[in-house]
Amino acid sequence: MNLIETFRVSLEAILSNKVRSGLTMLGVIIGVMAVILLVSIGEGARVYITKELTGLGTNLLIITPGKTSTSGGFHPPSAGTVRKLTYDDAQALRRRAWLLTDAVPVVLGTGRIKNSNLGRDTMIIGTTPEFQRVRNLYVDTGSYVSEADVDAKSKIVVIGTKVKEELFGDRNPLGQVVMLSDARYRVVGVMRKKGTSLGWDIDDVVFIPVTSGQELFDTDGLFEILASTPRAEDVDRAIAQIKDILIRRHAHKEDFTIQTQGAMLSTMNTILGVLTAVLGGIAGISLLVGGIGIMNIMLVSVRERTREIGIRKAMGARNRDIMAQFMIEAMTLSGAGGVIGIVVGVGLALIIPVFVDVLPTSVSAWSIIMAFTFSAAVGIFFGVYPARKAALQDPIQALRYE
Amino acid sequence: MISLSEITKTYRMGEVDITVLSGVSLSIQQGELIAIMGPSGSGKSTLMNIIGCLDRPSSGVYRFEEREISTLTDDELAAVRNRKIGFVFQTFNLLPRFTAIKNVEVPLIYSGIAGKERHERAVPLLEKVGLGERMHHKPTELSGGQQQRVAIARALINNPPLLLADEPTGNLDSRSGEEILNILTGLNRQGVTVVIVTHDPNVAARCRRTIQIKDGQIVSDIHDAKG
Repeated sequence: MNLIETFRVSLEAILSNKVRSGLTMLGVIIGVMAVILLVSIGEGARVYITKELTGLGTNLLIITPGKTSTSGGFHPPSAGTVRKLTYDDAQALRRRAWLLTDAVPVVLGTGRIKNSNLGRDTMIIGTTPEFQRVRNLYVDTGSYVSEADVDAKSKIVVIGTKVKEELFGDRNPLGQVVMLSDARYRVVGVMRKKGTSLGWDIDDVVFIPVTSGQELFDTDGLFEILASTPRAEDVDRAIAQIKDILIRRHAHKEDFTIQTQGAMLSTMNTILGVLTAVLGGIAGISLLVGGIGIMNIMLVSVRERTREIGIRKAMGARNRDIMAQFMIEAMTLSGAGGVIGIVVGVGLALIIPVFVDVLPTSVSAWSIIMAFTFSAAVGIFFGVYPARKAALQDPIQALRYE
Repeated sequence: MISLSEITKTYRMGEVDITVLSGVSLSIQQGELIAIMGPSGSGKSTLMNIIGCLDRPSSGVYRFEEREISTLTDDELAAVRNRKIGFVFQTFNLLPRFTAIKNVEVPLIYSGIAGKERHERAVPLLEKVGLGERMHHKPTELSGGQQQRVAIARALINNPPLLLADEPTGNLDSRSGEEILNILTGLNRQGVTVVIVTHDPNVAARCRRTIQIKDGQIVSDIHDAKG
């Protein structure tokens, strides 16, 4: 009995009880759909983060105080007896690390920004004009922190769009005075709307000169120094230059960490890759359960068709013909379930980001191929036992079966 | 064509061996019309199963068309059943979800014949048994006699030399039974060897040779002198 013939026989059996076949397939459908959906979500996160990191423009180097053995995580605020990074360190890098286009000092804190009676807790970033270039975040109306502002420790502030809307609504905020952690600051600019970048909601942030910031937070240490170099090939040499200059300034101690965009990217990739695999694995378990469902129903089906098996054998069917018939039946059930599950899963993966924008998804061809292969394998694996039972039926016993 | 020599069949039930056939020997020539009779438990069905290659003897030699059946593999036995033997059962044993013509085609599926040719070979056979108009009916839509006729057409589809019928009229009323018997004897006149297991003496009377079997042994084997 050739393959097409076998397939026809199996198809007839499946279609003869559509409700039962449909319910049997449901397990596989749900399993495959879950695999596709969850893997798409994981991949979506990875693609998003990758885009964010590579969208930072030139090769970004992040210098933070304290030595961490892993490079590539988002660093916690500096702690304890670690020597600080200072504004002068940043200046030294600016002057002497000639591979760097910028070396931007950054201080970070939180505070309350108030406009008469409207107030908001906000993140305060103290920095220099080059921050815009290095982080690809630009002012929209008015002007950004200037060199003069930094030198004079001016009390000026550039606000994000959310802060502007909360405090000023539709009115023009430029020139207005606000209270920033109980100090009077003048608004000189509003940032371009950006959303989240590297974990910070830029629209909910305010920028002040780094020197004013150091005064505001009463610290002479920096949160980080952001450096950039235009060519990817120069990154390693740039790191060497930075280390050279800073180690000498820090009494020959390497008590700082330099993170590269590349390293951050690869860490993110790994973390999210593991996450995606775990999600896929969990979904895979439901696929397994679907396979058990198929085996269950196939066993029932084989028993119900005992007489039929006997008749076919009397007519000349060999063991392997019967085996093939039931194997193909199981594989068709799981294969069809796989296809439907893929269609539903891909459909959901494409629709969900439209309604829930914190869940980007990315459907990849390999996840579809993998999911389908899995469902076919499930059909084979869980079909073998019932198919064998059918094939080994003694025809005489089978013919007597009621 | 067929020769059975000292055939025994023993089953093990728990700790006890049950001997269903003990030392049965007989030969069947091409073209015979034979009735096998015996009470319940006499072993006649077992004998039929062994002749039909559905079962293997525990000992003894069974030669079918010069081949020794006991040396054949399961697959080879299946091939013999497919090409050389046609079965007709008391309970018809048609596949319930398939139409008459699809039922008749079943043996051809296992002979590797393609769909179109199967159809072309099945149609004349159904017409021959008088069911040309009902070939697309399912078994539930056919009477007992009609179902048995489908079964006969199915048994003949591969032109087997041997037709085995196990109580073919057992589930039929006397008129249908008569029709079926006529078909079987008609086939025999065309050269098919027909062996019928029956408990009905009227059926045996229509056959030229009657073998009586009791307690697993042949007790009489009478060739009818009349033509």
